[in-house]
Amino acid sequence: MIKMEVTRFRPGEDDAPIVQSYEVPLRKEWAVLDGLNYIKDQLDGTLSYRWSCRMGICGSCGMTVNGKPQLSCATFLTDYAPGPVRVEPLRNFPVIRDLVVDISDFMTKLPKVKPWLIHDGEVPEDEFLQTPREMDEYKKYSMCINCMLCYSACPVYALEPEFLGPAAIALGQRYNLDSRDDGALERRDVLASAAGAWACTFVGECSTACPKGVDPAGAIQRYKLTAAVSALKDFLLPRGARR
Amino acid sequence: MSAYRQPVSAFWWLRQWSYLLFVLRELSSVFVAWFVVYLLLLVAAVGDGARAYEDFLAWSGHGWVLVLNLVATAFVLLHAVTWFALAPRAIVVPRVPPWAVLVAHYAAWALLSAGVAWVVLR
Repeated sequence: MIKMEVTRFRPGEDDAPIVQSYEVPLRKEWAVLDGLNYIKDQLDGTLSYRWSCRMGICGSCGMTVNGKPQLSCATFLTDYAPGPVRVEPLRNFPVIRDLVVDISDFMTKLPKVKPWLIHDGEVPEDEFLQTPREMDEYKKYSMCINCMLCYSACPVYALEPEFLGPAAIALGQRYNLDSRDDGALERRDVLASAAGAWACTFVGECSTACPKGVDPAGAIQRYKLTAAVSALKDFLLPRGARR
Repeated sequence: MSAYRQPVSAFWWLRQWSYLLFVLRELSSVFVAWFVVYLLLLVAAVGDGARAYEDFLAWSGHGWVLVLNLVATAFVLLHAVTWFALAPRAIVVPRVPPWAVLVAHYAAWALLSAGVAWVVLR
């Protein structure tokens, strides 16, 4: 058995979260999420948390495990033996109930970077062609599953909630770097704003926390260079030659 | 029904080593600024003649100035090393491996330092 210390918050009843302890079986194949499911099924049906795929794809089950943002489906109980395992909601987000956080701030910010293909000119009849090298340019950034671990790890987002944030900027870059896309100029006002890439101070923890190897911190620094070059071109070149 | 807003501790930067290192890197800018001031004081002393330069050297030999400059050197080294370590992620050049960007930074640093040393010691 291993002790799990789970943060509980019941809106309308609790003023602040409390910690509740549960003993769950310690099995080598059990992730933290399996422990939570055991609690929900066997010990306390009132526990609330989000999960779906159990295989690190859906991005639903992000939580703070022993102080670090983790996907609870990809974090194994045995790694924390003999325990206890402290499970808290993701930091930097309002808590709706128990381990469920409100990510509407991200959902409002995400469309601002226009994370879709913007193509000038004619769309090919059958398909866009792209070389493997062209795909490699953006593939890493396209792996984002919107799990919010990067926002939870980012002290800039904690202190300046207006910051666009790691995932949103990395997703903007994902399309900027796509050979089929012509939308970089449309995204520039948002990505290169004070609350965009320039708010990032390169702590780098977003990339450490990312379970999919996206490296948002790298994406943001690359964009800073792009934005600076673009601003310089605006200043030096005549209008027609800027792009 | 109201959501619970999680407070951010004033000591968030003590929570893990990477945050502390980041804050120290940010703090290092104060010491970089100090070295700029120190250099300007040196230039002003040289401009004011041999006597002023001797006075500047004597002042630089005070214990507290030495300690300040040693601490500043440590912070400036931290600033340079941590920044160079991050540079390959910010500067992505097609067909150039990340380690080459890192080596180029250290090579430029060594070259400039050698140039400064040559000017000072010749």
